[in-house]
Amino acid sequence: MIKTILIDDEPLARSIVVEYLQHYPEISIVQECNDGFEGVKAITQHKPELIFLDIQMPKINGFEMLELLEQPPSVIFTTAFDEYAIKAFESHAIDYLLKPFSRERFDKALQKWLQQHKHAEAPRALLTEDVRQPEERNRIVIREGSNIRIVPVHEIHYIEAYDDYVKIFTQKEMFMKKKTMSFYEKSLDESQFVRVHRSYMLNLQQLTKIEPLEKDTYLALLKSGAKVPLSKSGYAKLKGVLGL
Amino acid sequence: MHRTLIGPTEAMSRELLKISTRKIVFAVISWVAALVAVETYALYDTFGFSISLALADTVNFNLLIATAGYITFVSLRYYQPSAKNAVYLIVWDIGLAVLSVLAHNGIMVSGPFGLTDMYLSYLESSQIFRGVLAWLMITLMGIISWTWFFMQDVRAGEKRESDTMRLARDAELATLRQQLQPHFLFNSLNSISALAGVRPEQARKMIQQLSDFLRGTIKKDDQQLVSLKEELSHLQLYLDIEKVRFGHRLSTEIIAQESASPNLLPSLLLQPIVENAIKFGLYDTTGEIVIRIAAITGDKQLILRVENPFDPETSQPRSGTGFGLSSVQRRLYLLYGRNDLLSTRTQEKTFITEVKIPQSV
Repeated sequence: MIKTILIDDEPLARSIVVEYLQHYPEISIVQECNDGFEGVKAITQHKPELIFLDIQMPKINGFEMLELLEQPPSVIFTTAFDEYAIKAFESHAIDYLLKPFSRERFDKALQKWLQQHKHAEAPRALLTEDVRQPEERNRIVIREGSNIRIVPVHEIHYIEAYDDYVKIFTQKEMFMKKKTMSFYEKSLDESQFVRVHRSYMLNLQQLTKIEPLEKDTYLALLKSGAKVPLSKSGYAKLKGVLGL
Repeated sequence: MHRTLIGPTEAMSRELLKISTRKIVFAVISWVAALVAVETYALYDTFGFSISLALADTVNFNLLIATAGYITFVSLRYYQPSAKNAVYLIVWDIGLAVLSVLAHNGIMVSGPFGLTDMYLSYLESSQIFRGVLAWLMITLMGIISWTWFFMQDVRAGEKRESDTMRLARDAELATLRQQLQPHFLFNSLNSISALAGVRPEQARKMIQQLSDFLRGTIKKDDQQLVSLKEELSHLQLYLDIEKVRFGHRLSTEIIAQESASPNLLPSLLLQPIVENAIKFGLYDTTGEIVIRIAAITGDKQLILRVENPFDPETSQPRSGTGFGLSSVQRRLYLLYGRNDLLSTRTQEKTFITEVKIPQSV
């Protein structure tokens, strides 16, 4: 039996998928979710092979929800937003159904997935990296146990690499997220965040002072009092961005 | 209940033009009549001609000058010399003045006016004087005509300019007016598609609602004012559709003062504000939400207030009236020339959008 979960904030939009899926007795819908929070919980609990996912949803959108999953399942997006199609394929979606869609179109998407599913279990792991935001990233969603936190990027002071994770520092807190530095270097606004070291990125808004540490290395002082080391090339980059 | 907002300038300049034409005709007639009266009396009193002879002379002469003036007026309609070429006008006027004097002599001599010797010698000796007088009069009329046409040109230019600006404004208003959100349309169609399989009757009903809503959106004129009652009934169609889409999550509460229902507002102004509130409320929280809409009639203005819940913790700091409301703001500015009609504020977990619509009584 193949398990699937439907995530969409409009009940009728889910009901059409339910109806179309009746023709696939091998697929069972284990849960229907109204938003990304419910979605994360249900996916963690049931570990479905496939999900049908809307993009615009309450609180966190479909892309952000995927980011919160350690091992995302295969995704078929269902949405009325066609400007997100390219982004969705970049995030290795199986297919992208534009509402309203016909049964033929739905069947095609599902056949495509069933083919891939039969041949290999491989493609799902691809999803973890490089899920990009539909619009410029202005917040980061973080999962802490059963809680989901939404952190506006302007509240981030600096980011530090930590094995497979990054540590995200705000005024009072620190969050861990399983992502790479280069992911944030790519997705955060480069006029606001500068990678100043192999292991550090800082928010320019927070910078107060740069002082020399040793020969060729410097230290950045942030408003909070935190100190961030600058590499030689990081120092040069920072000077460039600041126009010094 | 329909009324249209039009710029005051166009109507005003049309009115000005009409009054001027009538005034000018009246002024010319009175002027000629006054001259005839004064000159007749002068001839009668100074030279002792009979009243009929004096009158014949002055009427004849003044009508000739008036004709010459009219010819000047007509020619200036087609050719307006610039200030540099004013000399042409002077030469032209001298010619007309000479012709007037000669024609006057010819008509007086050949006409049945019972001429006396005294009159004939007067006619001969006053030729130079008459010529100069005719020239002055014709030149004066020429200058007046020239000014008149010049002013008309200026006015036409101004009108063209204001027309161009009005067209640009109309075009901008048309773009700003609630355009159908494709997202809303496609999601509604998707709901209909879902209903068609399980509850065809409801699908049909929703098609009806969507059609009525679309029709209302298409037929409205950008600058048309509609009554609050009408705007609210259009809004209801929209709300009914959204409620089918979002089910129990969305409920609305509309409180409109009885006295406010005949108040006028630009058509389709309220709906985008409510749409914004619904989106904000639905996507910023996960629970059930209530959208409150209130209409209050105040001191020569209609106040519309739309409230939606939001989460101050997670919602992005938004600058000013940001998001979907900027086009409403711009539209109000184009229609009323004011930037202070739309305002937003927050009260704990409620986001409040308020619009004031001036009511001209």
